[in-house]
Amino acid sequence: MDLKDWFAKRRERRERENLEVKQLLPTEDYCALWKRCFQCRELLYTRDLRSNLQVCPHCQYHFCIGAPDRIEQLADPGTFEEIDAEMRSSDPLEFVDTESYRKRQVSAEKKSGVVEAIVTGTCKMNGHLTALGVMDFAYFGGSMGSVVGEKVARLVERAIELSCPLIIISSSGGARMQEGILSLMQLAKTSSVLKTFGDGGNLYISILSEPTFGGVTASFAMLGDIIIAEPGARIGFAGRRVIEQTIRQKLPADFQTAEYLLKHGQVDMVLHRNELKDKLTKMFEFHKKKNKEMDKALVQSSSKKAGGK
Amino acid sequence: MPEVKKQVPLEFEKPLNVLAQQIDNLESQLTEQPDLEPELRHLKEQYTSLRKSLYSNLRPIDRLAIARHPERPYTRDYFERWDPEWIELHGDRHGTDDSAMVGGLLDLGNDLKIVAVGTQKGRTIKEKQSCNFGMPQPEGYAKALRLFKHAEKFGLPVVTLIDTPGAYPGLAAEEHNQAQAIAINLLELSGLTVPVVAVVTGEGGSGGALAIGVANRILMLEHSVYSVISPEGCASILWRSADKVSDAAQSMKITAREILELGVIDGIITEPLGGAHKDPDATAKAAKNAIMAQLSELVKLSCADVRNDRQNKFRAMGKWRDQ
Ligand SMILES: [Zn+2]
Repeated sequence: MDLKDWFAKRRERRERENLEVKQLLPTEDYCALWKRCFQCRELLYTRDLRSNLQVCPHCQYHFCIGAPDRIEQLADPGTFEEIDAEMRSSDPLEFVDTESYRKRQVSAEKKSGVVEAIVTGTCKMNGHLTALGVMDFAYFGGSMGSVVGEKVARLVERAIELSCPLIIISSSGGARMQEGILSLMQLAKTSSVLKTFGDGGNLYISILSEPTFGGVTASFAMLGDIIIAEPGARIGFAGRRVIEQTIRQKLPADFQTAEYLLKHGQVDMVLHRNELKDKLTKMFEFHKKKNKEMDKALVQSSSKKAGGK
Repeated sequence: MPEVKKQVPLEFEKPLNVLAQQIDNLESQLTEQPDLEPELRHLKEQYTSLRKSLYSNLRPIDRLAIARHPERPYTRDYFERWDPEWIELHGDRHGTDDSAMVGGLLDLGNDLKIVAVGTQKGRTIKEKQSCNFGMPQPEGYAKALRLFKHAEKFGLPVVTLIDTPGAYPGLAAEEHNQAQAIAINLLELSGLTVPVVAVVTGEGGSGGALAIGVANRILMLEHSVYSVISPEGCASILWRSADKVSDAAQSMKITAREILELGVIDGIITEPLGGAHKDPDATAKAAKNAIMAQLSELVKLSCADVRNDRQNKFRAMGKWRDQ
């Protein structure tokens, strides 16, 4: 299913939901209509939550959101063109734990409504052409296997081709264990293409959302020219439990939150979701002119280098 | 004479140790009872053939045990054997010298001078603590990066030795941005204009290993392992059981042979029978020869080619299906 179908299906579903509101609801549909805020425990009407960008209107808790929702929030309507929509994980290790990787893929797809842990494409953001990648935590905990790595690499290459800014919104538990060492190698692959991208003088803004950990922070998520975190998002390399077991001491309550990272110099800012799109486009405008000049200078210097040896 | 007795025994070697014990007993009685000689010879033959068969049917969990053997040669053991007069370089230049990451200038002979960097586990308890059991802090990765840049500046090839459970998971490590320290090394190593050869000598523990592993050629010692997460971590997350470490080690394909088949590494360095710790000198020599063979080809490449070669290698990694 590509993203256009997804949006169409969702429109249908929403219309259906609206019709069904007046009828008596089984529990499942009731849950689809109401959601309890994880932070302040208020009961929220999902439609209100949606119109508030999935942020609790009472306490500003930022809910973890799926890739399609995020794209809808950021891309100008109708401008998102997905790339590699049909790329799916194979099962290179024929991995089986308590269940087979294949089976887990099928249930992850059902649960999340997306076919992999990242959706990539190009779009306009307030009119600016942008290469956009959005991770989806609902699919396999947003874990990075071969597909996520390859899609990120191709997205970066598309941004190089189009000479446009790159935005990646991360939400991931880390590397995907079911693809073993191949997952680990995606850290190197994504970082390597970002090296080329960076040498070209183009802007990469990395956005860290709830939660971002492990192999994703240890590669592309922490390599942004500018790094933005969402309020309250938990971000780190190792998980809190692993650290507590290792050092046998209690960690500060706000350890590994976006605000804690800001205090420790690891992110440029913590930004409310409703400010995100406008701030991004403002940043694009700052880095536009510089791009072209640097491009030229680098092309000249690298052609000198290549001729040198 | 079997030499196993003096060393720390491995779980799967138990039947072997029982035989060794019997051989020992017989030998001590031999002067008084010379007629025991044929039986002794028989036992020794049994010992040799059992050892051979054990080592040709190792499970991944057995290799993991060899890779973590407390007497396995560590990074300094290689450096000292390759160049007894190697010059160690210290520090990240920002306030820290992480002992879990060592590096310096080595002359391998044959006109091959290199910058060598590797993770270091400790041998004594004191050393282990000072090296954090081979788990670098962000400052350790910064130290490695500083040495990579040094190599690039002076056109020296880089050799890295990987033997780490992983990057250190600690409070200060997180506050000092462990994740970014690794990410920066991946990015910068991928762009390095001098040849890089990496050898997994023991444990290749996830991102903390890869941070010095983005190389033109990657080699693994025969019994070394390389994985995205420790088998213990994988078992506790996926199986929710600490007893499933062997299953996790099996499923993740962590051994040199399997990783070679997946196309991630370029070669395997054979270890002495029983593992590298049985003969560190021979192991160091074999590793050096394998590295020299790779470097002798790589040094012929131009700066641009050597960088492209490395970037293309990692760009091609991964398996998926397009429908
Ligand atoms: Zn709330």
